Amino acid sequence: MSTTTAAPQVKETTKAVDFKTIIDIKDMDLYYGTYHALKKVNLTIPEKAVTAFIGPSGCGKSTLLRTLNRMNDMIPNTRIEGLVDIAGTDIYSNEVDVETLRKKVGMVFQQANPFPKSIYDNVAYGPRLHGTTNKAQLDEIVEQSLKQAALWNEVKDFLKRSAFSLSGGQQQRLCIARALAVNPEILLMDEATSALDPISTLKIEELTQELKSKYTIVMVTHNMHQAARISDQTVFFLNGEVVEFDQTDKLFSNPSDKRTEDYITGRFG
Amino acid sequence: MNNLFQDANRQQISGRRRNDLIWRILFLGATMFGIVALSALIITIITDGIARLNPDLFTNYPSRRASASGMKSAIVGSLYMLCLMAPISFVLGVGAAIYLEEYAPKNRFTRLIQLNISTLAGVPSIVYGILGLAIFVRTFGLERSLLSGALTMTLLVLPIIIVASQEAIRAVPRARRDASFALGATKWQTVSRSVLPSAISAIMTGVILALSRAIGETAPLIIIGAATYVAFLPESLFDTFTVMPIQIYNWIARPQEAFQDLAASGIIVLMIMLVIMNVAAIMLRNKYQKNI
Repeated sequence: MSTTTAAPQVKETTKAVDFKTIIDIKDMDLYYGTYHALKKVNLTIPEKAVTAFIGPSGCGKSTLLRTLNRMNDMIPNTRIEGLVDIAGTDIYSNEVDVETLRKKVGMVFQQANPFPKSIYDNVAYGPRLHGTTNKAQLDEIVEQSLKQAALWNEVKDFLKRSAFSLSGGQQQRLCIARALAVNPEILLMDEATSALDPISTLKIEELTQELKSKYTIVMVTHNMHQAARISDQTVFFLNGEVVEFDQTDKLFSNPSDKRTEDYITGRFG
Repeated sequence: MNNLFQDANRQQISGRRRNDLIWRILFLGATMFGIVALSALIITIITDGIARLNPDLFTNYPSRRASASGMKSAIVGSLYMLCLMAPISFVLGVGAAIYLEEYAPKNRFTRLIQLNISTLAGVPSIVYGILGLAIFVRTFGLERSLLSGALTMTLLVLPIIIVASQEAIRAVPRARRDASFALGATKWQTVSRSVLPSAISAIMTGVILALSRAIGETAPLIIIGAATYVAFLPESLFDTFTVMPIQIYNWIARPQEAFQDLAASGIIVLMIMLVIMNVAAIMLRNKYQKNI
């Protein structure tokens, strides 16, 4: 590579382990009205690993992420063709209730969006939706979720305090705890660190490394270095197409598509 | 070295400053106009009415003799009206607002309804009186009862409550809905657990202000035939009734000066009630703003 910008450094760990596929997308097209936002997407995502979506703004990475928990359903005139299979089930078929899907496929948004409620009630929101009302059970879920989100030690004495009293990074970890509280299989993170300072970002990146032992993580990031640092598989998007996906170290060191190489070496985007 | 701040335009600058001062005085005048007029009104009312502002006003029924007159039936009538109107208009108004904001498809029909509601909010109150007369008094045969009055007033305040509630619901950030949906909530779970708790203070403020408007209304109730002379308290929803503004209007219309003073005391009572309602609205708003 003879460019001025070096390709991001890839972490050494997690070489070609044989991951089981959990998400399988086949020939999927997505239209917003007449706009063809995603074109013939074919992609598999491994279980219990971190998959990063990278690509320039407006390339469809967030759109694809939001098809995985059907948040796009709420945008009028959205049409999806093709197959989105999660753990053997077509999630757009009639046998899937969108409420159950979203329970199993949690999401963390770009801006931390806690409810104007206490820290406790934020985490308990999900379990309560799905019918858990037992106080002891909720206490247990709240504690476990906050521990998993590496927030418990910071907030255990102020669980009744408003979520807005937390810092931005803590709020985002609270949102992760809230998503984990309904016991999902997959966690979608839509640029979850882009509004945070470097230290909070680092905390959340470390958190993803711990969480991937238990959850499948799919993250959208505008930061290639972040993808290189923490993901096992990277997917490169351009203009609504998946150009290439591969193990992260392979994609960054030896991309097979010229466009991927141009993007990761900083020629555009 | 030349003085950096020496400028040939000092005269031009002093002209600009004079201009500034003139505008400032004009705007102050505009503000003072309202304050002075309002103060004058309040002072006149208080000087006229303070003498008659005694317990008799609250315990006596209206009478031919000004000295024995009170507005017990009117005060109780107004309170009954408020108690009937508040739950009905809250449920219908907030319900309609939730439907329009959260459930209704964004199509031409919804926009038509929306346009109609906004227009209705500006319709003169007497028109609602005519509507109430036709529907509740005649068609439903409720006669000139408390219930007819409360339902007519509900019609009057509904558009205001719907519009205020819609604005409150719309102001809840999209992200808060997304967070709820992403956890697997249904529409109603999202509305009841995430949207309404965030919007309720603004909704309540709108409801109270709308109700306080209704408490001061006279015209629609005169049309549907609220009585001007009621010497008993309504015992059921179907009894005749009167309310404070009608009682005040009745007294004002008398030639004797004693009745004029009585009207002034009535106005003081009405104003105090309205101030209380407005303060309640402000307190509600502040209380919930702190929570967010």
